[in-house]
Amino acid sequence: MKKMTLHLRIWRQKDANTPGKLVSYTLNDVTPEMSFLEMLDVLNEHLVAKGEEPVEFDNDCREGICGMCSLVINGIPHGPEHATATCQLHMRHFKDGDTITIEPFRAKPFPVVKDLVVDRSAFDRILAAGGYISVNAGSAPDANSIPIPKEVADEAMDAAACIGCGACVAACPNASASLFVSAKISQLALLPQGQPERKRRALRMIEQMDREGFGDCSNHAECEAVCPKEISIAHIARMRREYMKAMLC
Amino acid sequence: MKLDSKLPSGPLHEKWDRHKADLKLVNPANKRKHTIIVVGTGLAGASAGATLAELGYNVKSFCIQDSPRRAHSIAAQGGINAAKNYQNDGDSIWRLFYDTIKGGDYRSREANVYRLAQLSVQIIDQAVAQGVPFAREYGGLLANRSFGGAQVSRTFYARGQTGQQLLLGAYSSLLRQVDLGRVTLFSRREMLDLVVINGKARGIIVRNLVTGEIERHVADAVVLATGGYGNVYFLSTNAKNSNATAAWRCYKRGAAFANPCFTQIHPTCIPRAGHYQSKLTLMSESLRNDGRVWVPKKKGDKRHPNEIPEDERDYYLERRYPAFGNLVPRDVASRAAKAVCDEGRGVGEFGQAVYLDFADAIRRLGIDVIRDRYGNLFDMYERITGENPYEVPMRIYPAVHYTMGGLWVDYNLMSTIPGLFVLGEANFSDHGANRLGASALMQGLADGYFVIPYTIGDYIAGTELEVVSTDADAFKEAEDGVKQQIDKLLSIKGKKSVLEFHRQLGEIMWDYVGMSRNAEGLKHAIKEIRKLREEFWQNVYIPGDSRNLNKDLEFAGRVADFLELGELMAIDALHRNESCGGHFREEYQTPDGEALRDDKNFAYVAAWEYKGDGKEPELHKEPLEFEYVKPTTRSYK
Repeated sequence: MKKMTLHLRIWRQKDANTPGKLVSYTLNDVTPEMSFLEMLDVLNEHLVAKGEEPVEFDNDCREGICGMCSLVINGIPHGPEHATATCQLHMRHFKDGDTITIEPFRAKPFPVVKDLVVDRSAFDRILAAGGYISVNAGSAPDANSIPIPKEVADEAMDAAACIGCGACVAACPNASASLFVSAKISQLALLPQGQPERKRRALRMIEQMDREGFGDCSNHAECEAVCPKEISIAHIARMRREYMKAMLC
Repeated sequence: MKLDSKLPSGPLHEKWDRHKADLKLVNPANKRKHTIIVVGTGLAGASAGATLAELGYNVKSFCIQDSPRRAHSIAAQGGINAAKNYQNDGDSIWRLFYDTIKGGDYRSREANVYRLAQLSVQIIDQAVAQGVPFAREYGGLLANRSFGGAQVSRTFYARGQTGQQLLLGAYSSLLRQVDLGRVTLFSRREMLDLVVINGKARGIIVRNLVTGEIERHVADAVVLATGGYGNVYFLSTNAKNSNATAAWRCYKRGAAFANPCFTQIHPTCIPRAGHYQSKLTLMSESLRNDGRVWVPKKKGDKRHPNEIPEDERDYYLERRYPAFGNLVPRDVASRAAKAVCDEGRGVGEFGQAVYLDFADAIRRLGIDVIRDRYGNLFDMYERITGENPYEVPMRIYPAVHYTMGGLWVDYNLMSTIPGLFVLGEANFSDHGANRLGASALMQGLADGYFVIPYTIGDYIAGTELEVVSTDADAFKEAEDGVKQQIDKLLSIKGKKSVLEFHRQLGEIMWDYVGMSRNAEGLKHAIKEIRKLREEFWQNVYIPGDSRNLNKDLEFAGRVADFLELGELMAIDALHRNESCGGHFREEYQTPDGEALRDDKNFAYVAAWEYKGDGKEPELHKEPLEFEYVKPTTRSYK
């Protein structure tokens, strides 16, 4: 099997209160079939064997759906492959001898916990400010009593595909969470079930986003470019209309 | 220990209604005086947390990830079953019940499975009302697809992300209760012990995974929804953080563990590529609706698949099981794949794969239809393997996916420890020896939305719950135990990494307690696991300390528990001298290689009781009675 040598520059930071820095490592036994996170696993095995502390990074499903993995790879959240979360990025997209810089998602509302791990609980708080439909278990009508045109259901699904990873925030020069927030507002505004709370939801979620310290959107569209689920910035446009309508009437 | 399943009397279709009528209620004004701990935020945990809070209880919700939305239910792809019969194709509650009992190879309780089939209908209603964007037809009504083990189309889906959408629905309901102040979230917390006071579950000990602090939490009842234990095999389709620690610590506090050897090996996963492999990726079973499974007829045929002519291919599932073809249940499909690979007809670099071919479907339906149905799955396959499945058949191989076994629960989902309820994959209750596709989501949500809200009220109303605080001796004892174990793990300072121990355990489990098992191999596995466990406690190396985020330390605790659980799985597999569902004992098979059940001697749930470290666990049997479905040889031919 072909082996590659890679030069890694990785952000190391003991905890939220200690300043961090980039540290260089060289790995000689990387194969093209490995995933990016498996490459970091191999690095960590080498570090542990030497008695050094491994690099901490968040990950869980490793199937691109849980949204737990992050990483800014050579300046790009989730790395160079389009529509691909870090856990599904494979080393065949890198070359022997490459230098790769790996940093955490950077944004004031995402404080570093350790090394490459950040705290994204702000996203939970935004969704808790109305990112739901109020329906208690047991009170729902028959599922087919609300027909929804296929195109509408498909568009809602496009928005609902968001995995809440936060790459949009990390890519945005303003650290705006607009793509994340708009995906939920848009999904629920499209569906008939979301109508009763439509205005209140838009107002509350956007206020909470501001309160968490995320910036505003100024149409750079970097978020759309890095989104592993290809969420469109058209949802941001819809969110703005929703907000305007909610403010006006 | 006495197992009382508390199955209600009366005709099958009236049992749940009658039972609900008998259950005691808690006065609405009194509910807020009761605190319930829910551990885990997957489909079962999130739906339970939300629903209990809707009823008025105080809920404390715990998860190990940074957000409840990360729970591994999110990765379920294909769909969720429900007996809606929207397709008018002959489905009914009875048929879903029958398929599930048969699919489980007659090793589950009729009453539980019937209730599950009844509740399936309400789950879809609830999810749609939450805004879950299920697939729809042009007329605006819900679409369905077929799934393995069924001859009707009853599976609801949201592209290949059904688990994600259902979980986000349950999570949104949970967050609504956070918003209303009835649920408190505790993220990045790992449950490390259960606190039992006067014989009742009254709290948990957790470690804050960021600060390393050990915390005590008290409650009137504890709901465990922490998922399955597939990661005992190291390589599985489970998420990296999925683990059995919370369930295992409950076992050691007196909760019986049922049918630990019943594990599901899923037939359609991407084959492993090397030693560094960290997990296996599932390709949804829904692919078998349109994909045809085959291997070359000739052994060691190294030709490119597209160069192998039609008459030199063996579509072995269609050949062996003409009635169900490529849609046979998972256990059957997995064993058939292993059989052809064992014959030397496997494909791919290591000969450990079979083809899943869409060429026919693309010819028949057009590439756009296939892209619409499976586009995201095809993209995922290509990202991982670098091959385009629209042009070259997928290579797939079975991988550990789900565990039907789990903590024993009665009809109320209560374990053998009063006040400890177990939901979803963490319990053993509904899938027998093999789970049908699209049934895990159904069970998790049925447990959380529609069973626990009724049964926990009966427990709280009918139990004298003394005033207990976290200063109680039992809390101190449990916390000390947790701290001692952490200190001990860190003090070993051996030579081998946690990962290496886990990998070695996984190899033993896969080789001897995997897709097919035999007595000699199982005895060997027990010996090897014991040896490995001994070495672990002398030679594991964990870097860092316990006062901040330390994943190696977290994993060390989990692997320590897997090293015990793995042994129990082997013991259970060794005692069950029959083949049923996912448990295939080589000594017990028909002449044509099908599983040979022994209903006379093994129609029971095996519930194991912990008797202390180094002591043999004690086996308790809950006999399974079949009043409505007569067990027959399960045939998909």
